[in-house]
Amino acid sequence: MIFRRKQQRPKQVVTAATLQHSFNRRTMIIGGVQGGVGVLLAARMAYIAVAENEKYEMEAESNRVNLSLIAPRRGWVLDRNNAPLASNRADFRVDLIPDRLNDSAKTIDQLGSLLALDPTAVQDLKDKIGDARGFQPVEVASGLKYDQFAAVSVRLPEMPGVVPQRGFSRFYPTGPAVGHLIGYVGAASKEEFDEDPSPLLVTPGFKIGKDGIEKKYEDVLRGEPGARRVEVTASGRIVRDLETRDDVQGNPVKLTIDGPLQDYAARRLGLESGSVVVMDCKSGDLLCMASMPSFDPNSFSDGIGRLEYKMLRDDDRVPLRNKVLKGLYPPGSTVKPTVSTAFLKEGLDPEETVFCSGGLRVGNRVFRCWKRGGHGTVNMAKGIYQSCDVYFYHFAQRLGMDPIAATCRDYGMGQEFDLPVLSQFYGTVPDPAWKLKKYDRQWQAFDTVNATIGQGYMLANPLQLAVMATRLATSKHVEPRLLFDKKVPKFRGMGISDEYTAYIRKAMSDVVNGPGTAGRGRLPLEDVQMAGKTGTAQVVGLNISDGRSGPWKYRDHGLFIFFAPFDNPRYAGAVVIEHGGGSGAAYPIARDVMTFMFDPQKGLDALNSYERQWGGTAQERLNRKYAAIAREAGENVPPVPTRDEDIFDQVEAEARSAALRPTAIAGEAVAPRSDPTPSSAPGGGVPE
Amino acid sequence: MSRSIVPAPIARLPWMVIAPLSILVLFGGAVLYSAAGGSMQPFATSHLIRYGVFLTMALVMMFFPRNLVRFMAYPAYAGVLILLVLVEALGAMGGGSQRWLELGFMRLQPSELMKPVIVLALATFYSTLPAGMVPTWRALVPSGILIAFPMALVLMQPDLGTALAIAFGGVVVMFLAGLPMRWFMAAGAAVTVAIPLAYFFALKEYQQRRVTTFLDPESDPLGAGYHITQSKIAIGSGGITGKGFGNGSQSALNYLPEPHTDFVFATMAEEWGLFGGVLVLLVFALVLRWGLVIARDANDTFARLLAAGMTATIFFYVAVNLMMVMGLAPVVGIPLPFMSHGGSSMMTNMICVGTLMMIHRWNQSQARTGFG
Repeated sequence: MIFRRKQQRPKQVVTAATLQHSFNRRTMIIGGVQGGVGVLLAARMAYIAVAENEKYEMEAESNRVNLSLIAPRRGWVLDRNNAPLASNRADFRVDLIPDRLNDSAKTIDQLGSLLALDPTAVQDLKDKIGDARGFQPVEVASGLKYDQFAAVSVRLPEMPGVVPQRGFSRFYPTGPAVGHLIGYVGAASKEEFDEDPSPLLVTPGFKIGKDGIEKKYEDVLRGEPGARRVEVTASGRIVRDLETRDDVQGNPVKLTIDGPLQDYAARRLGLESGSVVVMDCKSGDLLCMASMPSFDPNSFSDGIGRLEYKMLRDDDRVPLRNKVLKGLYPPGSTVKPTVSTAFLKEGLDPEETVFCSGGLRVGNRVFRCWKRGGHGTVNMAKGIYQSCDVYFYHFAQRLGMDPIAATCRDYGMGQEFDLPVLSQFYGTVPDPAWKLKKYDRQWQAFDTVNATIGQGYMLANPLQLAVMATRLATSKHVEPRLLFDKKVPKFRGMGISDEYTAYIRKAMSDVVNGPGTAGRGRLPLEDVQMAGKTGTAQVVGLNISDGRSGPWKYRDHGLFIFFAPFDNPRYAGAVVIEHGGGSGAAYPIARDVMTFMFDPQKGLDALNSYERQWGGTAQERLNRKYAAIAREAGENVPPVPTRDEDIFDQVEAEARSAALRPTAIAGEAVAPRSDPTPSSAPGGGVPE
Repeated sequence: MSRSIVPAPIARLPWMVIAPLSILVLFGGAVLYSAAGGSMQPFATSHLIRYGVFLTMALVMMFFPRNLVRFMAYPAYAGVLILLVLVEALGAMGGGSQRWLELGFMRLQPSELMKPVIVLALATFYSTLPAGMVPTWRALVPSGILIAFPMALVLMQPDLGTALAIAFGGVVVMFLAGLPMRWFMAAGAAVTVAIPLAYFFALKEYQQRRVTTFLDPESDPLGAGYHITQSKIAIGSGGITGKGFGNGSQSALNYLPEPHTDFVFATMAEEWGLFGGVLVLLVFALVLRWGLVIARDANDTFARLLAAGMTATIFFYVAVNLMMVMGLAPVVGIPLPFMSHGGSSMMTNMICVGTLMMIHRWNQSQARTGFG
């Protein structure tokens, strides 16, 4: 049925006429479709060009214009006389943008030959490119000669990702002398960028403060970046400059440091591992905070090279540790003037005497004086200038530990100072409560004995010792400061009468100028006399080492606190020589530093003769050492930790454990050496 | 009177189309001058020379007699088909895809030639088909075969855009030949179903990416979506009046890819704005309308279908290219007639125009003889 019905359907007759008709109709349709498409296109274009014009205009502009930042010049770090401790140097530099490199190994090798880089530098660069974030520029070299700069510039088309720049680099005129104090600068790390994702941080040539003052005052020193607007093609080629805004240099930071003194002290430390702190007695200004050996912050600013790192790492004198703030030492006998002050405060008459026969019996034990033969009758002054241990054992037993501990703290030990530094160790002033809390053990007689001669648990850093010297000299609660300020602050008194202050000053002067333990510390000057107090800190028991010879790390620390002139103190300070073999290593340095303060030429003459023996200035010796290590090591040097922070975290952790080492012998009475001022160092002396 | 000044043969030329076309080509030359960074080389000069050459060719074509054209239809089709096979064979030998034959003075793309030739072949076929057979399978199968062969060869190249252009020209001729409407409806439905299937099974990966990118250009702004995004930026930033001649940053700084070929409209729109775009659209509207009027006025089926098919071929170029640069169609690589730099496309389009002028002449002479 279906089939039938289909057949029955009236068949449409197609003729030429109906085709003509259908053609005309369908042409109309086609024309209509074409017209419709035309209108659609016109409408679409109008929409894009009119309604969305603003959006696309902006996008075209952001295509066309590339904003590149100009790293701001860092503010200078100045010393108290406005001489630069850190400045900027105009510089030709080459950077790499890892993301844009086609063949990084080839490009780096090519740069290496163009810039005459040594193989380890090339290897370092390859390490850095490997870890680098894509867009973060990596510095290849700075401080280039114009010829080298030009040689790279003309080959740019074949080396995508290489960016030669004219800029400024940080310059530390005195190099290693200020390494620990000022710190150094370097390219921002990934962490720093994550914390502050400002495009400035990844601008080629921009350096961020990594340590010390550079890091602490980053926001002051940084300045405002300049900007350059350039027209670029799609492939990144610069067509022309549109406009340039100059950078604004960072503000200077003026320190209380006396640049020449800092440099002198650093150089005078010579081959020793140690620190020198000098303060102004009136204002508390820190004139010098030298810690040696040190690193050269100039060479850190383009990243820490693997050889350099190996050299600093393998040195048992830990050049990366700022010993002024993070070296903790038993103060030894330098604590005795402060202990004497505690006795005076407790009402002890300084003329009250004790008879020293070479030891003191407490209960059933005998504690020995360093002078086995005994000092005879000893009053307070003699106790100080002859450093008689029995005098202090005796009166400490009578007056107790608590007033001694309180006075030590009042004079700066165990204290943290309000200084613009990243961290400072503050050491220990032990007392019965402290020992009970820390070790859960009762305070023993030998603990008091140890503490009164600055051994045992007692630990202080050189800055605290310098503050102690200042407060002893002035009997004022002088606070150290590092930022320069013309205003001289008023300090409260220490509660010591002028008479007693003069008494202590005289006793300390006799250490140097009288019948004391540091006779060769006398200043070679007519009108200025220095006062001081020697100290020798044992780090191991007498059974292991005699403290003077044998392995370096078992030798005694040499300490010296001082002020000058003794009767009207202007400067005070402390010298600590690690494992110097006794205070004889320390006080000659203090003598020369003070000589330099009052008569620079005389000081320099002394220094020059030493440096001839040592083989050049600190900088020269560092450079030579680096060259020697480079010759020996070749390229087989382990790579540097990728973060500078890791390096310094490690250094700090090691500093903490090193500081605790001398307290290992605190479980017993520390028997003092029979000679308090031995010396194995050049320029050392023997007591008269 | 003007007649006395202008010689009659020149006055009888179809100025209605030559004038707007020449304006468009000159405008295109200006855009190419700017795309070359303010230089006649390498685009603008050759563009204008080619126009001159192919316009002369079109004017010569104008005088072809109808019978010659009809006679040549199938041989021409066969010849171009052989060229397509040849290209395919050369490509296979050369170990890659090849779309052109090196003729020395130009690169000939046989697939381009196929666009007008398929229209010619189908118009010839339907003009010889008795009217009564139009709604039967005899009207469908031979033309289907005529379209399928070149399409298959062009798809093998692979060149989807040109294959679609050939199909479009052929289908428009079939549509206008009067084949039953329901066939087209059914075919339309079938295509709707087939497109997703074709997308997944027939397209090469790069073609698939173009389609997905077209649907969402921002999904890959630096990769495949780059063309569309940059083209829209160029058109959009031009605004109403454009940035001025020679001031287009998108093309001058190479953000716009292919600023002288496929994306010449975007180059133009950046510098001339909406005004330039409307001018281009108006010229194309004039030319296409002129083509359809010729088709309507033609006296027989052959001329009618030929004229309409040629118009449809030009339209396809224009529509797909403009939709592409405005982000309404995927990037298929079809140039804009009379503006894009490129010999093959200029030749194809001028063949279409020449054919239309030829039919225009037939119409006129017939009318004259009819009335005279």
